[in-house]
Amino acid sequence: MRQTHVCVLYGGRSVERDVSVATGHRVARALQARGYEVTGIDVDETLVRRLKEMRPDLVFIAVHGRGGEDGTIQELLEILGLKYTGAGVLASLRAIDKVLTKRILQAEGIPTPPFQAFSEAAFHDLGAKDTLEMIVEELGLPLVVKPAAQGSAFGISIVPGFEGLPKALATALSFDGKVLLEKYVSGRELAVSIMGGGKREIETLPIVEAVPRSEHPFYDFDSRYVLGETDFIVPAELDPEVETEVLQVARNTYLALGCSGFGRVDVILDDAGHPWVLELNTIPGLTESSLMPLAAEAAGLSFEDLVQAMVDSAVVADSA
Amino acid sequence: MRDLMSLTARPEVISLAGGLPATDKFPREVFERINACIASNGCAAALQYAPTEGFDTVKQDIVTVMSEEGSRADPDHIMVTTGGQQAIDLVTKTFIDPGDVILAESPAYPGALTTFMTYQARVVHVPTDDCGIVPDRLERVLSELKTEGRRPKLLYVVPNFSNPSGVTVSLERRKVIVDIAARERLLIVEDNPYGLLRFEGELLPTLFSLDTVENVVYLGSFSKIVSPGIRTGWLAAPSAIYQKIVLGKQAVDLCSSSLTQMFVHEFVHSGDWKEYVADLRATYAARRDAMLEALAEELPQGSTWTRPEGGFFVWVTLPHGIHTGDLLVKAIERNVAFVRGDAFFVDGQGTASMRLNFSYNDEERIREGVRRLGEVIREHLELRRSLGFS
Repeated sequence: MRQTHVCVLYGGRSVERDVSVATGHRVARALQARGYEVTGIDVDETLVRRLKEMRPDLVFIAVHGRGGEDGTIQELLEILGLKYTGAGVLASLRAIDKVLTKRILQAEGIPTPPFQAFSEAAFHDLGAKDTLEMIVEELGLPLVVKPAAQGSAFGISIVPGFEGLPKALATALSFDGKVLLEKYVSGRELAVSIMGGGKREIETLPIVEAVPRSEHPFYDFDSRYVLGETDFIVPAELDPEVETEVLQVARNTYLALGCSGFGRVDVILDDAGHPWVLELNTIPGLTESSLMPLAAEAAGLSFEDLVQAMVDSAVVADSA
Repeated sequence: MRDLMSLTARPEVISLAGGLPATDKFPREVFERINACIASNGCAAALQYAPTEGFDTVKQDIVTVMSEEGSRADPDHIMVTTGGQQAIDLVTKTFIDPGDVILAESPAYPGALTTFMTYQARVVHVPTDDCGIVPDRLERVLSELKTEGRRPKLLYVVPNFSNPSGVTVSLERRKVIVDIAARERLLIVEDNPYGLLRFEGELLPTLFSLDTVENVVYLGSFSKIVSPGIRTGWLAAPSAIYQKIVLGKQAVDLCSSSLTQMFVHEFVHSGDWKEYVADLRATYAARRDAMLEALAEELPQGSTWTRPEGGFFVWVTLPHGIHTGDLLVKAIERNVAFVRGDAFFVDGQGTASMRLNFSYNDEERIREGVRRLGEVIREHLELRRSLGFS
C-alpha cells in the first residue's frame, strides 16, 4: 500500500520562526516514526509551486504567527484543494486578531478582561493619544499592552503607571499595526488544549498551569521557550467546580471562534476563582517546552499519539 | 529576546548585524596551492593529533604576527587555540569560580559575556568613552567593589576597534590601565582580534607589550586576518599560569586541528598573509567610509556614532530615548538587520544603541542598508510623536 504523504510546513518569516522550526522538525520526526512519507518545507515563495508538484495527501501546518496562523496558508491550501490540519480560514482570521477574538467573546458572553484597541493610524491621523487618560481611568492600573496579532508573548508589557504607556505602545506597535490595552487580571495562568470540532466531538485535554520562575513578571518569551524557566503543573490543581467552569469557558471559546482540528485557549483564573479568556491559538507550539504536548502526556498520549490525533482530525473534518 | 538571527540569514536581508569577515576576498589560487602543498608534503601529519600547545612552526608564526604590532612573545608561552573564543573560555575556566567578579568594557563583546555567565561570574561594566575605558571610573569601580569586600579577578579588554563599539583605547590610557591593574593585581585579558586591521592612525603598543610584571594574558585570532572557518586562535600567557591553561585545553579537546594549523603555517610562513591583510584593510576602509557617509545622511539629528580607525563595527546611539529593540522587527520587515545595544551589556544598559557591521557587505549594500534603517527610524520617531513622547 502506498504511504500517506504529509507535507509539514514550518519556518516562514514571522518573529516566531525559531519556535515554528522546532515544532516542524519535531512533528516531522513523529510522523516518520508513524510510517508516513514526510516532506518538511521551510515556507517561502516557492511553497505553492512545490505543493502543486507534490500533491501531498495532507498538509500539516506548523507555521506560527503571520502567514501560518492568520489564514493565509489555509486560504492557499483551499485553493489548491489540499487537506490540512487545524483550524480553517475563518477561525484562523478570528483567532489571530486578539481584538476580534475578544469582541466575539464579549458578544457571546464569555468572560474576557475589559480592553480598548487602537490601530497605528488612530494615533497617527486621529490623535488617539488624548484618550489614554480616559482609558487608564476606565481600566485601571496596571494595564497590559499587547500587539493584536502576535504569539509567544512578543511585544507584551505590563504597565504600572501612566508614564510608561507611550513606551509600551511603541513596543507593541513595532510588532503589529494594531494594539490593545487590557485590564490586568492577576491570577493563575492556565492553558486548555482542545481537539475536535467541525463534525467531530470536542475533547478537552488536562489543564496546564504555567508558573513562571520569580524573575519573570509573567509567562514571557524566555519563560515559554527556555527549559527550566517555568514550572508546569499538569493537571492543574483546581477545585472540581472551578475546573468544570474553566473547561466550559474554553470549550465555548473554541466553538465561538468556529475552530476545528485543535487549538489552545489561554485563561487567567483570578484570585476569586473566575476564569478570564485571553486568547486562542490555532497553531499551538509543539516544542519540548510547549503546553499542548504536556497536556497530551497527562492524558496518556505520547507526542506521536498527539500528532497522529491531529492528522486524524484533519482528515475527518475535510471528508465529513 | 532572541535577536531573530534566523530571520536575518535570508539573502534578501542586508544584515549589518553579523560580524563576518569578507572571506570572498581570499584568493582561491592561494587556497588551492596551500591545500596541494599540505596534501603532498604533510598528509599524515595533517591527519594526526598535534601537541596540545600547538605546532612549534605555528607558534613561531604567531610570534611573527605579534611582532607586527610590536609585541615580543616567547613561543614557549604561546598556545594555539580553537579560535579566539576558546582562549576566552580557557582563561575564564582557569581563573573564575562562581560569584567571582570580571570587569568588562561598556559595551562589551557578547561572546565573552556569555562565557563569563556560563562560569557564573558576576560581570561589572566599567564606563567607557571614545578613548576606551575611563581610568577614573575604573578606579571608582575598584574602590566600590573594595567596600563590598570584593576584588575582581579579571579585566577583559578589546583595546583595538572594540567589538561592538569600534573604539580604540588611547596610548595614555593603555599605560594607566596597565599600571592600575598591576597595582591591584588584577589580571588583564587583552583580546585583540582586530589589531592588524587598522586603516588609519598610528599603531599603538599592545597592553601585553606595555606590561612589565607578567600581568596580561593576550588573546589573538586568525579569524579576522585569515579566516574564521579555520578556527585558529591563540593565547600568550605569563609563565606562572601557562601550564594551568594547557591542562585546561587538554581536557577540552586535546589539541586544535592539525590540518588548519598547517594551513595557517603555509599562509603566514610564505608571507602571503601580509598582502592579504593589506587587501582586507583597503576593502574594509572603503566599506567603513561608505557606512559613515550613509549614517551622516540618514540618521536623525542628535544621533551619535563612533568613527573606528579599523576593525568591523560602528556603534550608533539614537536620540530621544528611542529603544533600538523597538525598531528591530520593522527593520527586518524592511530587509535590514542590526544588533540591539542591550545585547552588549549584562545589566540592561545600551537600549538606545545598536551595533552595525561594515566588513561583510559591499559599499552599495551598506548604503542601501543604512538608507532602509534611516526610514525605519524616521517612521518610529513619527509614531513616538503621535504617542505623545516629548
